[in-house]
Amino acid sequence: MKEIKVAPIKNGTVIDHISCGMAFKVLKILGISDANVDSTVSVLMHVPSKKTEWKDIVKVEDKELEPIEVDKISLVAPDATINIIRNFEVVEKKTVELPDVAVGILKCGNPNCVTNSREPVRTEFVLKSRNPIQLSCSYCGRELENIVDHII
Amino acid sequence: MSQGFEGRDIISIHDFSRKEIEHILDVSKKMIPIAKGEAQDFSLKGKILSPIFFEPSTRTRLSFETAMNRLGGSVVGFSDPEITSLKKGETLADTIRMVESYSDVVVLRHPMEGAAKLAADFTEKPVINAGDGAGQHPTQTMLDLFTIWMEKGAIDEKNVVLVGDLKYGRTVHSLACALAKFGANLTFVAPEVLQMPKEIIDYVQEQGVSYSQSDNLEKAIESADVLYVTRIQGERFPDPAEYQKVVGTYRVDNELLKGAGKDIIVMHPLPRVDEIHPDVDGTPHAVYFKQAFNGVPVRMALLALILGVVK
Repeated sequence: MKEIKVAPIKNGTVIDHISCGMAFKVLKILGISDANVDSTVSVLMHVPSKKTEWKDIVKVEDKELEPIEVDKISLVAPDATINIIRNFEVVEKKTVELPDVAVGILKCGNPNCVTNSREPVRTEFVLKSRNPIQLSCSYCGRELENIVDHII
Repeated sequence: MSQGFEGRDIISIHDFSRKEIEHILDVSKKMIPIAKGEAQDFSLKGKILSPIFFEPSTRTRLSFETAMNRLGGSVVGFSDPEITSLKKGETLADTIRMVESYSDVVVLRHPMEGAAKLAADFTEKPVINAGDGAGQHPTQTMLDLFTIWMEKGAIDEKNVVLVGDLKYGRTVHSLACALAKFGANLTFVAPEVLQMPKEIIDYVQEQGVSYSQSDNLEKAIESADVLYVTRIQGERFPDPAEYQKVVGTYRVDNELLKGAGKDIIVMHPLPRVDEIHPDVDGTPHAVYFKQAFNGVPVRMALLALILGVVK
């Protein structure tokens, strides 16, 4: 297999094993657009993978992820790994983990759910199944459809 | 009992185990003479209940207030959101924080799903859900179970037919789940467009009880112990002609009931429009007014349990 020709990063985060086609969703979660980044962002799509045949990879220089960002990524790429790079070395490698309860990261799809009103409340979803991912709102009980579209 | 009742919120019927519901039914039975005014018990003297009703209600609000008064407690609340601070733009969270400083228990009806859980998040006082949008109405389910238990002596193995708007009716969803938990055999009768939602069917299946779906009421009631009728709401239908066709199909009258067993009971959460002919009212089958009365002893039991005067 050919080596991937993307330069290693000095400091930052490599998000590997992203489900194929989900790289742009990951960028959206990280709030990255061309207007607001000062460092290099590399996006590799449809890369051969030993585990799953194809995968996406996102490399973000000079950024380490917040726990809430890792939780959100787990919803679109449940098999992703997060590699923290400092001075060209991988200093930490972890797999994302779907939280049993997702707080404040998703919007309920039920327009009549109280969490979609102006009440001072954070949304809460309980994980009902990991594969496929199924989440239900702790407030109205509605199961969330199109999870990716409801990430806050 | 897995956890005590004192101080507990009553948000969803799913929060209660079968054993806990059975305990509530036992306590409710003991409350009947007090609910009828034949005996006196003022064990909630000095306690205040706040009914906070953001939507109209007759039976639920009156039966909660009667329950509190029968046990010697007081009621301070509102049932017209037009005159409250809600109209000035106050959030439910703020309303609840204000009300909790005035009372010992809050009873909430609200048009949005999840409102009761939100209210419970913002107060240490127990919150009772009296209906949140198309969501839960657990005390209605408890009084329905109580009515079947009182009239039939048991719930297990009873053949219960649910007819009407099974798709949108909030009472039938909670009731179907609770009946399944108690091991009743269920038949869902509705036109296909108003049949029971998949998640309720899935839950019923998980409980391992037998169930069937049909659009033929006449056949379904042949071996039924209980016929639970709900109102089909015209506003659910985009086409009024379609509504008229459906609503006439499931009218319960004495002619229809001739095809049922002589001990069948007919229930309805009320208000009815014309799903049940008034001629049925005078027959032994009609228990819907008794069912409405049962709201009082059941709510007395719940208030006594969560306010800690009954264990």
